[in-house]
Amino acid sequence: MTLAGTAVPARSGPLAGTGVLTRLALRRDRLTLPVWALVTGGLVASGAGSLGGLYSTAAERAGLAASMTANSSMRALYGPVFGDSLGGLVAWRFGTFGAVLAAVASLIVVVRHTREEEETGRQEMLSAGAVGRRAPLTAALLTALVLNTAVALLVTAGLAGQGAAGALALGLAIGGTGMVFAATAALAAQFTESARLAKGLSAAVLGLAFALRAAGDSGRADGDSVLTWLSPVGWAEHVRAFAGERWWVLLLILAAALAQTAAAYVLTARRDVGASFFPTRPGPAEGRLATAGALAWRLQRGTLLGWSLGFLLGGLVFGGMAEGAAGIVGDNERAREIFERMGGQSALTDAFLATMASLLGMLAALYAVGSVLRAHGEETSGRAEPLLAGSLGRLRWAAGHLVIAFGGSALILLLGGLGLTLAYGHEPGPVLGAALVQLPAVWTLAGLAVLLWGAAPKTATAAWGAAGLCLALGWIGPALDLPQTVLDASPFGHLPRLPGPDVVWTPVLVLTALAAALTAAGLAGLRRRDIGG
Amino acid sequence: MTKAISVSGLHKSFGRTHALAGLDLTVEAGEVHGFLGPNGAGKSTAIRVLLGLLRPDSGAARLLGRDPWRDAVELHRRIAYVPGDVTLWRNLSGGEVIDLYGRLRGSGRLDGARRAELIERFELDPTKKGRTYSKGNRQKVALVAAFAADVDLLVLDEPTSGLDPLMEEVFQSCVEEARDRGRTVLLSSHILSEVEALCDRISIVRKGRTVESGSLAQLRHLTRTSVTAELAGPPDSLAHLPGVHGFDVRGARVKFQVDTDKLDAVLRSLTASGVRSLTSTPPTLEELFLRHYTDEVAS
Repeated sequence: MTLAGTAVPARSGPLAGTGVLTRLALRRDRLTLPVWALVTGGLVASGAGSLGGLYSTAAERAGLAASMTANSSMRALYGPVFGDSLGGLVAWRFGTFGAVLAAVASLIVVVRHTREEEETGRQEMLSAGAVGRRAPLTAALLTALVLNTAVALLVTAGLAGQGAAGALALGLAIGGTGMVFAATAALAAQFTESARLAKGLSAAVLGLAFALRAAGDSGRADGDSVLTWLSPVGWAEHVRAFAGERWWVLLLILAAALAQTAAAYVLTARRDVGASFFPTRPGPAEGRLATAGALAWRLQRGTLLGWSLGFLLGGLVFGGMAEGAAGIVGDNERAREIFERMGGQSALTDAFLATMASLLGMLAALYAVGSVLRAHGEETSGRAEPLLAGSLGRLRWAAGHLVIAFGGSALILLLGGLGLTLAYGHEPGPVLGAALVQLPAVWTLAGLAVLLWGAAPKTATAAWGAAGLCLALGWIGPALDLPQTVLDASPFGHLPRLPGPDVVWTPVLVLTALAAALTAAGLAGLRRRDIGG
Repeated sequence: MTKAISVSGLHKSFGRTHALAGLDLTVEAGEVHGFLGPNGAGKSTAIRVLLGLLRPDSGAARLLGRDPWRDAVELHRRIAYVPGDVTLWRNLSGGEVIDLYGRLRGSGRLDGARRAELIERFELDPTKKGRTYSKGNRQKVALVAAFAADVDLLVLDEPTSGLDPLMEEVFQSCVEEARDRGRTVLLSSHILSEVEALCDRISIVRKGRTVESGSLAQLRHLTRTSVTAELAGPPDSLAHLPGVHGFDVRGARVKFQVDTDKLDAVLRSLTASGVRSLTSTPPTLEELFLRHYTDEVAS
């Protein structure tokens, strides 16, 4: 795929130039798009092999289905099990995960090729060509469509052996959810002048959709809660791949994508290039920023505020569900039996809280990595150079950002834990502890980001991959039939589960020390290497 | 001659900022038109309106006889644009970007020989990736793309920022060649030697409004001449004559500026005092601009 292909005669009108812009986007993302598609589609498609190895007989699968349906924390993470065929289990275990992954990839792709182009000023020169007003948005959505089609094809092809109809339904549900959030991002990109904020807004919508689905599924065992019907992430499971497919739900997904796209189209053709419907307000005429720390805080406070609100709300929602959800088992006799064997309501409530705290921890790691990499972004954009050319030392400059990364991740986990504690209302110490005990693992990943940035800045963004991998291992890892050493790679797997009876503190101390060592090594690297892109 | 650009009474506000407050601009087809003004005067906003990137609040704008907002796509096939701050994609080569801009015009590939010639003249390495170019080299990528295009109008917004003096010369000869081929050029610039060498006519904008427009000779006429003289007698009432500014006496020596259209009357009065020596300097371009950039201009 090259830009130097044959010329496509551009049409006139608002879509002129769409072809050239689409090829530009595909060329720019020639590496990232295949990686996203292969990771998302490949993981889901590999589910048949790994789950088939773990649960090879129908009896084992029925047992798994019953125990998972009886467990509210499992329902919150994966939704209820609708069918205990191998395909049904893959759709249950990987469906939500695949849909969320496709949604994240899609929103990043769409904002990257719309608002980010405007923010950097590149869109201005592109739009000075024969480019229609709706062409950039169309090209971005087509790029997302290419990605989601590839994901859908990989899922369908990989699972076709379990039943063609189910495989197609799951592929379309996952790819369709990707397109719903591509359209959400297209709409968000019209409202802000900042690409970062556009991504944040779309990710917040995704987070809300996931929380609605999780709340709905943990509150009901049959999967037909109103809350899950309100959530685009819930629609993916409502398609019920491999369990009597409901094809019409795909129309709901299509309608949501088209409605948002239509709204974005109306807005994009009416506004100035580079402008938005939430214009930037003027700032103060005189500044009080005097230190590197104050500057870093000024740059990062908005993001931290957003994460703080999200964690507090998430904690309140999950805490509120904990007690009631654990008692909901469904009508299945076998599930009831398993429920009692697993320790009944109190043990399952503890497990639910521990699982939610762990989920908050893995999400906090994404915040921490992003916050550390703000310093990397300051460096590659050239904004750090004039600061460091002044009387500011490298370590003090870096410390400004790292204090926020490490302190901010502690703050959001504290708020998430407070939310859980307040809404749950019992055993406040252990519940708050469940959230805070995640910190050493979060800091280990932040430390890894510091190490990569400090010692090998070209690889710094791989820290996102590490944080994403931990989330994937925690979410779907146990179903992947991976060797224990791979599962052990995630620091979250070593943390004690709170609330719970036996708490081992050694891993907490080891991980804290590891985080400190990684950070120190990264800062040592930063002191001796070249500054720049 | 037909008009390549005609703008009248253009207004555009961003919140409480009035970027354009009744701007007028006329560019004849085939001329190189200098577009000048202090920072924040509204030059780039006006250019963005002409490119159909911004929609004006009120006023009329015609570009090559058409509406720059409604007919943007059609017009852009006949326009090449170079911004003052070119940003490139990190993982695309300069050569790829040049061809991209050519193809975006919908006219197929650029003329290969012309493209190669320009790359050579601007000493650009087209195989480097976007992130590795310096400021000047990023400008060259956009300049090569613009000059290689077969268009009627070149819109250049401070196009030479970051170029070295040798490349500045290459740029000037490229603009002259464009004019020789009958193309129209709108050149926004702060480099006065560049403006003096290239522009047939200029427009000066200030606070979103056009304050002066015409050829350099016409504009010079509107400004002041510096006069230094040694006189035999006292300078009489010279200081109070209309059109005399900054009058300064040191013994027999007087220094002052005079509005060029009042020069004749002032010189008569001067010779009446007996002139021993006289130097008179026509206004330099710098003075001309400084006056328009700093004075409160009466409309």
